[in-house]
Amino acid sequence: MSGIFHASILFLVSAGLQVVFGVQKIFNLACGSFYALGAYVGVSAVQAYAAAGGPAAFFIVPLVLGGLLVGVVGVVVERGLLRFVYDRDETFQLLLTFALVLMLEDLIRLTWGTSPLSTGGMYLVYGQVRILGAAVPVYNLIVIAASLVIAGGIGALLTRTAFGRIIRAAADNREMAAALGVDMRWLYASVFTLGTTLGTIGGALVIPATAAMSEMGIELIVEAFAVVVIGGLGSMRGALVGALVVGLLRAVAISVYPELEMLLIYLIVIAVLVLRPRGLFGAAATAT
Amino acid sequence: MTGRLGLAVAVAAVAAVPYVAPTYHVLLMLPFMAYGVVLLGLNLLFGYTGLVSFGHALFIGIGAYTGAFLTSRFGVRSLEAIVLTAAVLGAVVAAPVALLCVRYVKIYFGMLTLAFGMVFYTVVLKFYRLTGGDEGTPYLRPSLLGFGLSDIPKTDYLTGPYYYYSLVVLVLAAAVMWRVVHSPFGLCLKTIRDNPAKAESLGIGVGRYRWYAFMISAVYAAVGGALLGAPIGNVDPTLAYWTHSGNIVFMTLLGGFASFFGPILGAFVFIYLEDSLKSLAPSSWRLIFGALLAVIVIFAPGGLMGLVGRARPRST
Repeated sequence: MSGIFHASILFLVSAGLQVVFGVQKIFNLACGSFYALGAYVGVSAVQAYAAAGGPAAFFIVPLVLGGLLVGVVGVVVERGLLRFVYDRDETFQLLLTFALVLMLEDLIRLTWGTSPLSTGGMYLVYGQVRILGAAVPVYNLIVIAASLVIAGGIGALLTRTAFGRIIRAAADNREMAAALGVDMRWLYASVFTLGTTLGTIGGALVIPATAAMSEMGIELIVEAFAVVVIGGLGSMRGALVGALVVGLLRAVAISVYPELEMLLIYLIVIAVLVLRPRGLFGAAATAT
Repeated sequence: MTGRLGLAVAVAAVAAVPYVAPTYHVLLMLPFMAYGVVLLGLNLLFGYTGLVSFGHALFIGIGAYTGAFLTSRFGVRSLEAIVLTAAVLGAVVAAPVALLCVRYVKIYFGMLTLAFGMVFYTVVLKFYRLTGGDEGTPYLRPSLLGFGLSDIPKTDYLTGPYYYYSLVVLVLAAAVMWRVVHSPFGLCLKTIRDNPAKAESLGIGVGRYRWYAFMISAVYAAVGGALLGAPIGNVDPTLAYWTHSGNIVFMTLLGGFASFFGPILGAFVFIYLEDSLKSLAPSSWRLIFGALLAVIVIFAPGGLMGLVGRARPRST
């Protein structure tokens, strides 16, 4: 069950990675940092809320609001940095997101300090239920349900709305979409913000169950990386399946043979990259 | 000619550092020279072949752990033996890794190298009985050219014999690499970088040449790693973490990947900048570094060498 909880958080961050890669063809190393940022903002929001005397049962409201609002950073980053490098080699784009990783890590440390922050036992306010003999906090179930809803929401957004059609068209063929009158500047800014917000909301949601640490971002990015490679770059269904694979494998490995935890995941990543570089659900066009 | 003169002056200046500079700065030169070796190799892959590895910390780790294991587990203290073993082990590990990686280019190449790097990182971190886990493995003082040198104080050892040993290795490594990139082999690599399809049609085995370039760069990284570990005295898994791989790519870009000596300059500037920023602004040096990297990527992709080259025509 903790595996599925972890998988649903991983899905949110990887979905952000995927949507950005799909349209902008940028592999955003900083998505882990956005996740960390969301986590810290979430903690601060909940703490402020508790200090203001809000009822504990609704702590999830400031948490989610904080996670959503800080997604605005995406616009700043896209307009301020990324737009300069779209016509460059993807190596430079990758390095620019690496620069973001470095900057955000210190910004977080400067703002919130180096010691881990947590919201205490607040998430137990919803109680626990027993599933198959294990006590599971209801909060975890809420998060799992929330990410399923978000997954469904993104799916509906991509397939049923005009915005979604534009995204898919641009992912398919940027030049053609631009030629047909899509404002690419607006599209890039909004897609990147969507990706960022998915990361920050993931961070905000995870935080009641754990503690915010400055390293959490760079640790999560390698897991999200595993997810998108297994699932296939740019594919939403891939992110969902990949997140489940990674989340569950990690949970199983931890209980069976802890030494193998991440090793197993990387070995699968390598196997996927070697045998089927486009991943389980990736489009063939990205495999060049 | 001016280029060769400048080079001689640069080497002489580095050789003179222990006599003129405070010990602290002399000690900073040691990681610079070790990274210099690593980056010479990395740039064969990055600048000359056009493949950016995000996993070369793997080979640095192999070199450093080779030294640590040989000195503290097997009682082998000779640095020549360590460097040779590191080179051989680097090549042995790189052979299959490179075989798989060079089938891809661009982002897939980067991702695959990153994944291999993280496999190695996880192994050394998790199998703590063997590697000491995150506490690392001690790298005892190696002997140089058969001289034990175990009776002199550590600083004298590092600023004296070890310093010049590193410098000689760096100069040799640079001389060999110079020959490599100016050989027909080096030209083939550049052709592959600029136009793989054309290279293939001219009869160059693109995959094979990329494999060679990967192998050479891995051996260089392992040798550099062996040099890097000794002054620290302890080798831990952070050497193999993916951010370390990112840092060495950063150094290469900082100096200028299009130029032969650019990466070495990059290593020098990076080490000094990192050190002074860490003491001046201990809590925000990453922020400044990240901003610097962003500025380089956006405005000066040619790095420092690119800026110098723009100011005056290239002399070599």
